[in-house]
Amino acid sequence: MSFSITEPTPRAKWISGTLVITYALITLIPLVWIFMTGFKTPPDSISYPPKVFYEPSLEGYVNLFTTRTRVSPEALDALPPPANFAEEIVRNRNMVIAGPSKFGERFMNSVIIGFGSTFLSIFLGTLAAYAFSRFKIPLADDLLFFILSTRMMPPIAVAIPIFLMYRNLGLSDTHLGMILLYTAVNISLAVWLLKGFIDEIPREYEEAALIDGYTRFQAFYKVVLPQAATGIASTAIFCLIFAWNEYAFAVLLTSGTAQTAPPFIPTIIGVGGLDWPAVAAGATIFLLPVMIFTILLRKHLLRGITFGAVRK
Amino acid sequence: MTQTLPDRAAQATPPKVARKIKGLSDRAIAWIFVGPTIFLLLAINIFPLIWTINLSFTNFKANRTNRAVEYIGTRNYERILTDSDIWLSMQATAHFLIWTIVFQVLIGFTLAWLINKKFRGNDLWTTIIVLPMMLSPAVVGNFWTFLYQPQIGLFNYVITFFTGGDPSGFQMLGSVDLAPWSIVIVDTWMWTPFVMLICLAGLRSIPDYIYEAAEIDRASKLRQFFTITIPMVLPFLMLAVLFRGIENFKMFDLVVQLTGGGPGSTTELASINLKREAFEKWRTGYSSAFAIILFVTVFGLASIYVKALNKVKER
Repeated sequence: MSFSITEPTPRAKWISGTLVITYALITLIPLVWIFMTGFKTPPDSISYPPKVFYEPSLEGYVNLFTTRTRVSPEALDALPPPANFAEEIVRNRNMVIAGPSKFGERFMNSVIIGFGSTFLSIFLGTLAAYAFSRFKIPLADDLLFFILSTRMMPPIAVAIPIFLMYRNLGLSDTHLGMILLYTAVNISLAVWLLKGFIDEIPREYEEAALIDGYTRFQAFYKVVLPQAATGIASTAIFCLIFAWNEYAFAVLLTSGTAQTAPPFIPTIIGVGGLDWPAVAAGATIFLLPVMIFTILLRKHLLRGITFGAVRK
Repeated sequence: MTQTLPDRAAQATPPKVARKIKGLSDRAIAWIFVGPTIFLLLAINIFPLIWTINLSFTNFKANRTNRAVEYIGTRNYERILTDSDIWLSMQATAHFLIWTIVFQVLIGFTLAWLINKKFRGNDLWTTIIVLPMMLSPAVVGNFWTFLYQPQIGLFNYVITFFTGGDPSGFQMLGSVDLAPWSIVIVDTWMWTPFVMLICLAGLRSIPDYIYEAAEIDRASKLRQFFTITIPMVLPFLMLAVLFRGIENFKMFDLVVQLTGGGPGSTTELASINLKREAFEKWRTGYSSAFAIILFVTVFGLASIYVKALNKVKER
């Protein structure tokens, strides 16, 4: 190892490491608590003092995916033995499974709207970003700023006319309506980021292809697209995470068919506000994919969350 | 993909037929490529904005569409600027905005500075710290109401474990004094990593030779910190503050789940007030005027701030 006067001393490293790890562990507690609560029984989840050690149970997950009705002990005795573990858990509470809950449906809505809008934002965004990067477009800077500034509006402010517009067009509470809306919000980020990535690809590559007789279009998808693949992928993740997490538009513009998971999960709590394990189970299923993405893609994080303003 | 690019370009040279159709002109392609994006933004961002401006001069109510719409001039604007509820919500927003930024800048910068000491495994721990900000604010905010429960909530338990006292003796979300702070705490927990990441990028952009030169000049570590580190990170820090400022001015999802604006209207931020006016009281014209005022405020403050930021960058 070469000697450097700017290299921190081992002691400085040890102290800073300890402090940062302490902060990281504290910051992780709420997330760990969500995970742990998902595997508690309802009485365990609201016991005092809060239980750190407990017997894990799948009751939260069973409650998340089912609706249940209470039956009398006599009726319960008359039933045939439980067919699976879910029924057994539910019967211990003097209830029977009445049917599936809406969680699966809401989760699928999140998946459809998330992936649909991400695909559309990336498709349109890549085309626009390429054009902004390579061609002379009149008022390009103003257009780019305009695209970015649409992100500054409070969602509720835009929601009023969109609510009216969607009502007239029959788009309220539809997948298509939400996909278009999220695409419109995401495309500013997508164009801005993707332009940065495409700017970094040397023009010479395409020019060589053009001289070889490619059309512009062929040069675009055979030369530029493969080079921009990493940038496109990390932009896609950001669009997906935004659409996945979005709440304001979802709660105002959807109620049944197209409702996504974020407005739904808080309503799981049920009568009396006692079913925290089911809420936690829903939150765990919903949040875990994002956490995994974050860990896998940590190298590409910075540029996305800073709107491309900070480059490595 | 071991082929080099020129190889691939040579192999994929299209047959002579394709040469005849040289494709569209660059100009046409530019418009075909940009067109759909502009159209979408016009349809879903600009058209609604213009509609909102139009509505703000009317007494329209979205739940009574058959009633005749009257243009009432600037009366909505006058009523908003003299409405004490609106000023209360602006105060709540200011409190939230200022304190979240203060805490996030202090903690975020400190963390970035510590991480930049490049201890072993700093990469992994940075990622762990970043986790909260990637998650859905509504879902996480909803769960925080559980952590904040008096007695059974983990937050109250941990606080009283260290300070003594009764965990059911205080209500973070239910008390007028504590509720404004409870939302600041959760937002700081969620968004400090954002400030941290930008500061870290700033710290990493400082070349080593500047510190080496300072070291040769025998500048003390403290002096180096104030004359090199702080000024060089400042533009980045200001950028982080800009992003957080805009986001928290619009804040809706996290706080609506945590307190719903209560107790009373102590945590009723501008967006929450707007939602209540627009979608519960259905005063569409009135709330459109409020939306425009908010938008102009964010835009105005942001552009003044960007000017200041550019000045700092030039130095």
